[in-house]
Amino acid sequence: MEITTGWYLVLGALLFVIGGTGLLIRRNPLVMLMCVELMLNGVNLSFVAFARQLDDIGGQTVVFFVLVVAAAEVVVGLGLVVAILRRQPGTTADDLSALKG
Amino acid sequence: MVDTVVFIVAAAICLTGALGVILARNPVHSALMLVMTLFGIAVQFVAQEAHFLAAVQVIVYAGAIVVLFLFVIMLLGVDRAQNLELSVLPVQKWAALVFAGGSFAVLALLVIVVKEPVTGAEAMGGSATGDENVRLLARSLFSDYVYAFELTSLLLVIAVIGAVVLARKPKNVSDVVTEEGSEA
Repeated sequence: MEITTGWYLVLGALLFVIGGTGLLIRRNPLVMLMCVELMLNGVNLSFVAFARQLDDIGGQTVVFFVLVVAAAEVVVGLGLVVAILRRQPGTTADDLSALKG
Repeated sequence: MVDTVVFIVAAAICLTGALGVILARNPVHSALMLVMTLFGIAVQFVAQEAHFLAAVQVIVYAGAIVVLFLFVIMLLGVDRAQNLELSVLPVQKWAALVFAGGSFAVLALLVIVVKEPVTGAEAMGGSATGDENVRLLARSLFSDYVYAFELTSLLLVIAVIGAVVLARKPKNVSDVVTEEGSEA
């Protein structure tokens, strides 16, 4: 059995879907951020697979930018989580309904 | 043959870690499972000759981001176990399952149906394989994508400032009543 690009794409899709499912069923904001990381990694895997298949380094460049943006996103997200949880210890995503219309 | 074995082992590591992230009750366990997934992804990157990205994946993700997660978990003391059954609305669980099944079906169908290369685009940056990986990546990054690269530096500065502002204790309202908000 030869490992083609499709296998990598299926693995990336699985990681993306698992991350999305976790985002829907978990209520802890920290775990939700981790699930976002899972989704980003699934997409990264697809980008690298296409970079290999199409013989184009551009896919890997995009993954590099995704890494940078993910780092910035985590920093800001964790800052928000710290600010919220310091005010209301033990809060979950369900409790944060202050902006509900 | 070696490729197949490497792919299967690394994929098993990735999926085990991913399921561990969303099923572990303790956030610390979730973070450690995330490390496992990230290492699996790094192995997949090496298998596809993206050596630089594999190194960055381990250094940035496993070395920095997950450590940041663990810092915050310990700082806030939220490493209590969460009861998954109580915290999930019944309809939410089914909605999540439908979402998961549906989106995976669509993605897998696309992969299976689309046998041809998805675009007819020509390679712009040259071959991605071989020992030239770092050199080609650098050339692409500092020529075609140089403006985007400079913008990411701006983004990182903004993120750092934002994190400092957000995480700072407000000076004049330091006696904010930290009443238990968890019963809301």
